[in-house]
Amino acid sequence: MSTMAVPDVAVAQVDEGFWTRTRKIGAVLLALGVLAAVLFGALATDQQARFTLSETEGGAALEIHGTVGAILFGVIAAAAGAALMAGVPKRWFTVLLGVGLVAFVLSFLCWQVSAAPEGRNFMPLVNIVRGTFILALPLIFGALAGVLCERSGVVNVAIEGQLLMGAFSGALFGSLSGSVWVGLVAAAIGGAFISLLLAVFAIRYLVDQVVMGIVLNLLAVGITGFLYERLMQTNAEKYNSAPRFSNWEIPLLRDIPVLGPALFRSNIFLYLGLLLVLVIHIALFRTRWGLRTRAVGEHPTAADTLGVKVLGLRYRNVLLAGVVAGIGGASYTLALYSFTKNMIGGKGFIALAALIFGRWSPTGALLAALFFGFADQLGTYLGAIGSSIPSQFLAMLPYLATMLAVAGLVGKVRAPAADGKPYIKG
Amino acid sequence: MNVLYGLYQPDEGEILVDGKPLKLRGPSDAIAAGIGMVHQHFMLVPVFTVAENVMLGAEQVKGGIAGILDRRRARREVAEVSERYNLRVDPDAVIEDLPVGIQQRVEIVKALTRDVDLLILDEPTAVLTPQETEELLTVMRSLKAAGKSIVFITHKLGEVKAIADRITVIRRGKTVGTASPTASRDELAAKMVGRSVRLTVEKPPATPGRPILEVAGLVVDDDRQIRAVDGVDLTVRAGEVLGVAGVQGNGQTELIEAIMGLRPVLAGTVTLDGQPVHGWSTKKVLRAGVGYVPEDRSVDGLVKEFSVAENLVLDIYDRPPFGKGLSLKPDAIAKSAQERIEQFDVRTPSADAAVGTLSGGNQQKVIVARELSRPLKLFIAAQPTRGVDVGSIEFIHSRVIRERDEGTAVMVVSSELDEVINLADRIAVMYRGRVIGIVGPDTPREEIGLLMAGITPDAATEAAAPAADAATPAPEGPGSEDEA
Repeated sequence: MSTMAVPDVAVAQVDEGFWTRTRKIGAVLLALGVLAAVLFGALATDQQARFTLSETEGGAALEIHGTVGAILFGVIAAAAGAALMAGVPKRWFTVLLGVGLVAFVLSFLCWQVSAAPEGRNFMPLVNIVRGTFILALPLIFGALAGVLCERSGVVNVAIEGQLLMGAFSGALFGSLSGSVWVGLVAAAIGGAFISLLLAVFAIRYLVDQVVMGIVLNLLAVGITGFLYERLMQTNAEKYNSAPRFSNWEIPLLRDIPVLGPALFRSNIFLYLGLLLVLVIHIALFRTRWGLRTRAVGEHPTAADTLGVKVLGLRYRNVLLAGVVAGIGGASYTLALYSFTKNMIGGKGFIALAALIFGRWSPTGALLAALFFGFADQLGTYLGAIGSSIPSQFLAMLPYLATMLAVAGLVGKVRAPAADGKPYIKG
Repeated sequence: MNVLYGLYQPDEGEILVDGKPLKLRGPSDAIAAGIGMVHQHFMLVPVFTVAENVMLGAEQVKGGIAGILDRRRARREVAEVSERYNLRVDPDAVIEDLPVGIQQRVEIVKALTRDVDLLILDEPTAVLTPQETEELLTVMRSLKAAGKSIVFITHKLGEVKAIADRITVIRRGKTVGTASPTASRDELAAKMVGRSVRLTVEKPPATPGRPILEVAGLVVDDDRQIRAVDGVDLTVRAGEVLGVAGVQGNGQTELIEAIMGLRPVLAGTVTLDGQPVHGWSTKKVLRAGVGYVPEDRSVDGLVKEFSVAENLVLDIYDRPPFGKGLSLKPDAIAKSAQERIEQFDVRTPSADAAVGTLSGGNQQKVIVARELSRPLKLFIAAQPTRGVDVGSIEFIHSRVIRERDEGTAVMVVSSELDEVINLADRIAVMYRGRVIGIVGPDTPREEIGLLMAGITPDAATEAAAPAADAATPAPEGPGSEDEA
């Protein structure tokens, strides 16, 4: 009953003065651009920076002189920042910010690639794009699980545990049955098991949802770690040798330059993840289920007075979230690696950040996940070309990006109003 | 009423609709039986559009099992109903951008699109300006003309008399009688309380003395850092009651909290008896001789789990005779509690009962007793009688006036215009963080109502069309807590 619809009749708008949010961001971007042009320009060499459109050094490529490129893109970033500061129409904000950030990254890359040793001074875009998506995939599934849960008003901090449980049961039952499909179903059930615990304790017993989520993460680490040591380590042949989904090539789409080889010769999980983003987005904003889910997440009492079964809907959504995250976990063990202890390694929490960064929307979460995936991939790539930046800093890149994104760029994100609040009738 | 709408299950008894007994397992059963309800706190999702709110729970869908929403049809339905009953609601507006009066009409549209025959309105006028109330009564008349039945729950006698065909009085969960709309106010009030009640406070003319509270150029933000008080100047003199009227959310809350040191003062001054007090801690302000009844007793005024006796010394527990050094003096606390329970007519099983178990009126009397037990220069009462029964209102009002007559400066902030008119010697009307006008208590209600809506007298002279049935001050009746 706390969310009354009593609006403030008397809100006088605050006059922010000259330094609006747009201007502040513009100023930061301008400074970054100038820094890039000067610093990266000075550090870059006069070698060509090659961005090849394939997986190797050869083939068609975009080339630019290292120093020129670093300065040029730095100036572009600075120009975008200056435009934001000069005060452009609101709808240009996102575009200019995007252009500015991309230009900054390109300036940085011009320096790095041109300064790389001979023979490694190229960037294979296909690999970068593919790596970005692969690294983003668990984040996509995890963030979608977050969307399903939190849009109905249940905070899901247990994404990490759901992913881990999915990865584990996928590996275990995939190995035992020798079938990827059995593994996939088992992974979904494994994720749903963690969800079920979350749902029962959060919805039925009103336990604090954040605390419950953390406890469930620890539980998942404990259970899977114990069984891993007992079963998988002693008899990996039997328990930890799940079959893997092979790559499916999609006709026509696979022939698109760069994107084709990067994305459309991939395994089922990538297709499933992208499809789910689309399906959940449409379902959330266009269907009866979506309307009710959002209503329950915003104002459960209102939904209840109109005959919507609040608790039932929350149970269903939380379970569904577990299924989605479980499948996400299986994208590791049924496609890439065999199971290892605590193999999710914090991706569930980055997925949570992607959920917030993506403003609780499926497509937003996808973009956020790709952003983090790119930061991750970039770190790997720079390590591979022998960058002068210490590898520890490169390993920090995705987490740094997470922090900056969630803290700085987001601005005013608004969680569903009833997120984390148990619903007690009457 | 929540039983009637299927939200609560009855322990005993039955509900008949069109002569047939009805078992309601939930709100959807009630809707199916043709019962609709407009809740006191609106049941609208703030971030949804009007159409989305209206269709929620009864969505028209296309596309088979996928259940794609048919938004066009929902919009058309809203437009149709809105047109038919002259409700003027835009289907595409987002709820949180709409004023309260319109939100209420959305609630009515919501019920009407579900084809209800019986509409329950639970305290619908509590959040409305007098003008919006007039409009609501007009809507209700047109619904009646269209053959709908309406149950109108209110504690405002003037509204009951203006609109009702039959009146049922409920007290403490029981029907205590029926009345016709021609019954006098005193008759109705007596039924509501169970004894005869004096509806207007008898007060001798005020004899204002020196200024006690002076507020100048005060600027305060609300919790969201949005300007709430925007340059307020006020003076309250010893021995007078300054009433502060205004629709809820026009800066009254923030104004008082700033005076009490609960909220930072961004600009301007607050002076108490010649001494600047802005920037002081709340404790220091209280010690300087300020009594404070906060507007929401369940949040700010009481510790619900504490006993009545403990709540009565929350302000001075650390001073003799109640505390010395690190220890409390339970005997002194108990003795003084007993005295004040009698003095202030607090109906409690004992001084040790948890305050949360008392009725709203008695909880409020505990606060008033505590605050008035200190020697005061200034007494600030915010919504002193919200959710309080008529008997307690009478008592609290008389204590406020007695305090004034003893030479205290009193400031009463209330969203109940009747209460302000009843108590105040001067009325300051707040609108959008400013004092839009200061008028005498004899000013016609319409004029004050227009001020509350932001229309100043110059602009209002043409607009004010006096409505006869609302012209006299009407007191409040039992709060919703006693009726639910």
